[in-house]
Amino acid sequence: MTANILKELQAILPPGIYAAVVEAMPDKISEAKAKAIVQDIADEYKEMKVEAGESVGLVAAESIGEPGTQMTLDTFHFAGVSEMNVTMGLPRIIEILDGRKNLTTPMMEIYLKKPYSEGQDIKKVALMIRETKLKDIAAEFSINVADNRIEVQLDTGKMKELGINEVALAKALKIGAKGVHVDIKSDMLILKVKAKEGGVSDIFKLKEKAKETFVKGVRGVSQVLPVKKNNEYVILTFGSNMKKVLQIPFVDETRTTTNDVFEIEETLGIEAARQAVIDEVFKVIETQGLNVDIRHLMLVADVMCADGKVKGITRYGVVRDKSSVLARASFETPIKHIINASLYGEVDNLTSVVENVMLNQPVPVGTGLPKLVAKNKK
Amino acid sequence: MQDDTEPYVYKKVSNVVFGVLSPKLIKKMAAAKIVTPELYDKEGYPVDGGLMDVRLGVIDPGLRCKTCGSKLKECTGHFGYISLARPVIHISFISVVLTLLRYTCRECSRILLPTARIEQYGDRLKRLGKDKGPDVMRKKLKDLIAASKTAGKCPHCKAKQKKIVIEKPTTFFEDDKRISPIEIRSRLEKLNDADIEHFGLNPTAVRPEWMVLTVLPIPPVTMRPSITLETGERSEDDLTHKLGDIVRINQRLFENINAGAPEIIVEDLWDLLQYHITTFFDNEVAQLPPARHRSGQPLKTLTERIKSKEGRIRHNLTGKRTNFSARTVISPDPMLELSEVGVPSIMAMKLTVPERVSDWNMNYLKEFIRKGPKNYPGANYLIRPDGKKKKLTEDTIEASIEELQPGYIVERHLMDGDIAIFNRQPSLHRMSMMCHKVRVLPNKTLRLNPAVCFPYNADFDGDEMNLHIPQTEEARAEAELLMLVDTQMISPRYGLSVIGCIQDAISGNYLLTRGGFSMPRSDAIDLLASIGITEVSKLPKKDSVSGKEVFSVLLPDDFSFAGRSKSREEPEVVIKSGKLMSGVMDKNNLGEGSGLLLRNLHKKYGRHFALDILGKMFKLGIAVLMKRGFTTALSDTDLPKEAKSAIRNVFDKAEQDVAELISQYNSGQLDILPGRTLRETLELKILEVLNKARDETGKIVAMNVESYSHTIVMAISGARGTPLNLAQMAGCVGQQALRGKRIEMGYAGRTLSCYQRNDLTPEARGFIKNSFKAGLKPAEFFFQSIVGRDALMDTALRTPKSGYLYRRLANALQDLKVEYDGTVRDSGKRIVQFTYGEDSIDVSKSEGGVLNVRRVISEASEKASQ
Repeated sequence: MTANILKELQAILPPGIYAAVVEAMPDKISEAKAKAIVQDIADEYKEMKVEAGESVGLVAAESIGEPGTQMTLDTFHFAGVSEMNVTMGLPRIIEILDGRKNLTTPMMEIYLKKPYSEGQDIKKVALMIRETKLKDIAAEFSINVADNRIEVQLDTGKMKELGINEVALAKALKIGAKGVHVDIKSDMLILKVKAKEGGVSDIFKLKEKAKETFVKGVRGVSQVLPVKKNNEYVILTFGSNMKKVLQIPFVDETRTTTNDVFEIEETLGIEAARQAVIDEVFKVIETQGLNVDIRHLMLVADVMCADGKVKGITRYGVVRDKSSVLARASFETPIKHIINASLYGEVDNLTSVVENVMLNQPVPVGTGLPKLVAKNKK
Repeated sequence: MQDDTEPYVYKKVSNVVFGVLSPKLIKKMAAAKIVTPELYDKEGYPVDGGLMDVRLGVIDPGLRCKTCGSKLKECTGHFGYISLARPVIHISFISVVLTLLRYTCRECSRILLPTARIEQYGDRLKRLGKDKGPDVMRKKLKDLIAASKTAGKCPHCKAKQKKIVIEKPTTFFEDDKRISPIEIRSRLEKLNDADIEHFGLNPTAVRPEWMVLTVLPIPPVTMRPSITLETGERSEDDLTHKLGDIVRINQRLFENINAGAPEIIVEDLWDLLQYHITTFFDNEVAQLPPARHRSGQPLKTLTERIKSKEGRIRHNLTGKRTNFSARTVISPDPMLELSEVGVPSIMAMKLTVPERVSDWNMNYLKEFIRKGPKNYPGANYLIRPDGKKKKLTEDTIEASIEELQPGYIVERHLMDGDIAIFNRQPSLHRMSMMCHKVRVLPNKTLRLNPAVCFPYNADFDGDEMNLHIPQTEEARAEAELLMLVDTQMISPRYGLSVIGCIQDAISGNYLLTRGGFSMPRSDAIDLLASIGITEVSKLPKKDSVSGKEVFSVLLPDDFSFAGRSKSREEPEVVIKSGKLMSGVMDKNNLGEGSGLLLRNLHKKYGRHFALDILGKMFKLGIAVLMKRGFTTALSDTDLPKEAKSAIRNVFDKAEQDVAELISQYNSGQLDILPGRTLRETLELKILEVLNKARDETGKIVAMNVESYSHTIVMAISGARGTPLNLAQMAGCVGQQALRGKRIEMGYAGRTLSCYQRNDLTPEARGFIKNSFKAGLKPAEFFFQSIVGRDALMDTALRTPKSGYLYRRLANALQDLKVEYDGTVRDSGKRIVQFTYGEDSIDVSKSEGGVLNVRRVISEASEKASQ
């Protein structure tokens, strides 16, 4: 019975609120009461809706900009012993909204599939994800100038721990360093420069290059930290490579995330990137103990992602796409915009705010929106 | 506003078109041809054909413009022109000119791309230009041409192409041979319209040869006025100086060419002309030395005038100045209504409100005129129907009264109840500019109710605020309906009240509603009467009434509420039918941005009522303190002997623990935390121990300090301070953390020179054992100063950063609005969201961002069962 009455609401209310109503509705209730409730909720919702012309963009900007002055500049954040250092506070928000591609602290949160999420082989699993470079498994690098080669003493114990055998190592090195002859003798690795004219400085360069050669794991993940979180083991990493990590079989690809919005865009698409922007900004605001409604963040994220690509709120990103010349010119690099506009014979139709402020005209938002239409007598 | 029949039809600019001026147009729009660099003749009158020619507008009072016949301030000025002896390239278009030259054939002037390819890529390029801007488009075209195999030869006429390079800023070379602007211009002339479109030029707006100037427009004198110094000397504007240079060199060039001077001289002069014209447009070109004043300071020419924060766009066009505004120091007055502002009478006599005379208010307005400008409330000016302003002085009062008739406007003094907009910088959110009703008061500060300090972020340590008086009926109506304090009570940031009780008002209400507080009924009535409440029938008829009962008098009878308070003794706040049953009123309920009490009052009874009741609560809180007495004393932080020794024990324990950790570290027995070095692990563990010690002392302090002491009352009611502050005063200050770590920098291996190297003990790394009351040791004092300085630096660095972020956000989002169909779109009508915030709920109308379903259901079922 109540279900029928509730159905009316379903048509009016957004799904989120409707679900809350269904949940909060008392089980036993008279029809009259249910009707009264439905009516009241519908009325209340109607009253709460935004009015046409509301300058929601500016309200969102204010709502993020104003608490920005209260945020700390503290780059690092220590939340207990087992947490990692992460960029937080204002710098992080600026980083996200700028649409910066190289983060100061890229980080992943890797969830695992069943036996591993319960802690099985957790250390081993974590080490498999970490990027291993040659220097991590080498005990000593020495240069043999006479033979024009580098001798690398391998740390067999470490290799065993990481599960690397010599054959795999040789293979990895061949791909990593081209033009180098690789030879392995038990625990000794010999690198020879193929080109004959390799001088001493070249060998030194090669040594440095060899140290950084990728051997195993996921590229870009420089640190791993298994952590117990809500009764399951999660691997936190420093460095991020979403694409590669999602391909690892034991990773739970439905929950694994990174704090790099662009990687999310690349692997999971623009809608996921939008959600990532919202989540990341919200995380910062929350840890700062500030209160900003999620709708404002949604709007900002939507603006950043409206074109199908994540764009920063900068003169190269969102602002460049504005239709109005004067609006762009009033932001940054006015001369460039005016010159380009003149070459194209651009027309500014004065449809947004600043242009009309410049010309001392009412702005077309809010109460500036309604107009009178008069019919001319013929 | 001239007369009653004013038509109210305003002209509106519908669009602004950008384009490049053609030489023809420059000549057509010019009022005069400028031929001489001289400015004034011997009498100081502008020379005809000079740069200050009266045909270009007037800047001297008394003169009339020869072109339009208007006087100073009426004439907006007219352009002139000079024809250049030799063409010169416009610096702003230099990169476009280079691209055009490079990628078109030097013989047949076609684009260096086979016709088939042009057809193939033309549309794509155009789209690229539209989406990503002309720069990207040009780059793409460049790549296309570079990729096409015909490079080096024109695909149309097979002519061999030469390499064109630019020697910055303005000289072009073709295979080491210089190409003169004349040559460039003639090449650009030959380009056809279809081809230039692929370079992002619109042939209806611009012809490429226009980028090489043959005539130069001279801006009107009104945009480069000269200043007369006190000595009577004239000081010319930077632009006039620059134009003088241009005209002079141009004349010299003409003369030399006509006289048949050697080529080298002509070329040198030509280059000089190019330099002057370049710096006239832009004096910050990378490879050019900027043109300077004699004093050595660079000239501010056209580009510098437009650019940057102090430039025309941001400073003059987007930022406006206004009359009828005032600014002074603010001070608090809790006896004002929340939506009132106290205006000093001196200000009220300068700030005026225009009132139009009609038959009905004639006598009323005459009274103001009679009082004149010097008596309050009087009037300062009279505006006649023809728009003439007449100043009221003692001599003109009588005549003015006689003269007054319907249609006149009287600018009367500001009075109680007038509308004013009150503002404090930085105006970070819309609550930084709210509309208040004026209360004219004695003394010389602007006054506001302390409850509205929070939205303005104001305090009274010397803050100043601004007051604006709207001058038209529409402005007043909008201000009152949209900006009044009542309407701004609920923040659009989080959907809760931004206006709430602060400081003493919270302490007062806390003390009043805390369990065990009671007073004689007569006292309670006294108290209520002192805040303006005379209807006291709600007070129970018994000799002694409790504080909660007194507080309940304020609440409406049908109000019910359930919430939480900060208090540990009475965490649950229950209001039933307008009676406070349990719970205390503290910051969680009365403060800004927290709790739903104020939000629900606002929802149920409307904004006016909510603001009114908040004002009453505020006054009640203060009245309670005045009656009861409230002070904070040093003795509040006194601890009994046992507590002191307990604290000492905690420290001893902590010190032992740390020493243990250090010895483990030294012997290498410390368990390393994953992802950390040994040293980091040690630091983390020490920090953990020390913070625990500080918290423990805090607990000891909280337990042992007199719980009714006023310092504690302030802390636990949320009025001011935290229990931690108290612990720091009475117990210990604790570890001073610098960027999340103990202090480690300073001298080599040690923090201060009074410690041994590599001393890892707490006191050598910034742990302050003493309390503020006990006083810090010198080393401790230094440690605190280090952290204090760091915090100061942090604020100083943060402000510009967050300011820039805010500016960018505001600029990017300002044109988004909700359309009539409920979508959110930008000014280009591009849809950004289909429904605002996924449920189209306005945060400022919501309860903390949501529709409170439970409240609505319980209210509805209550109503239905009645």
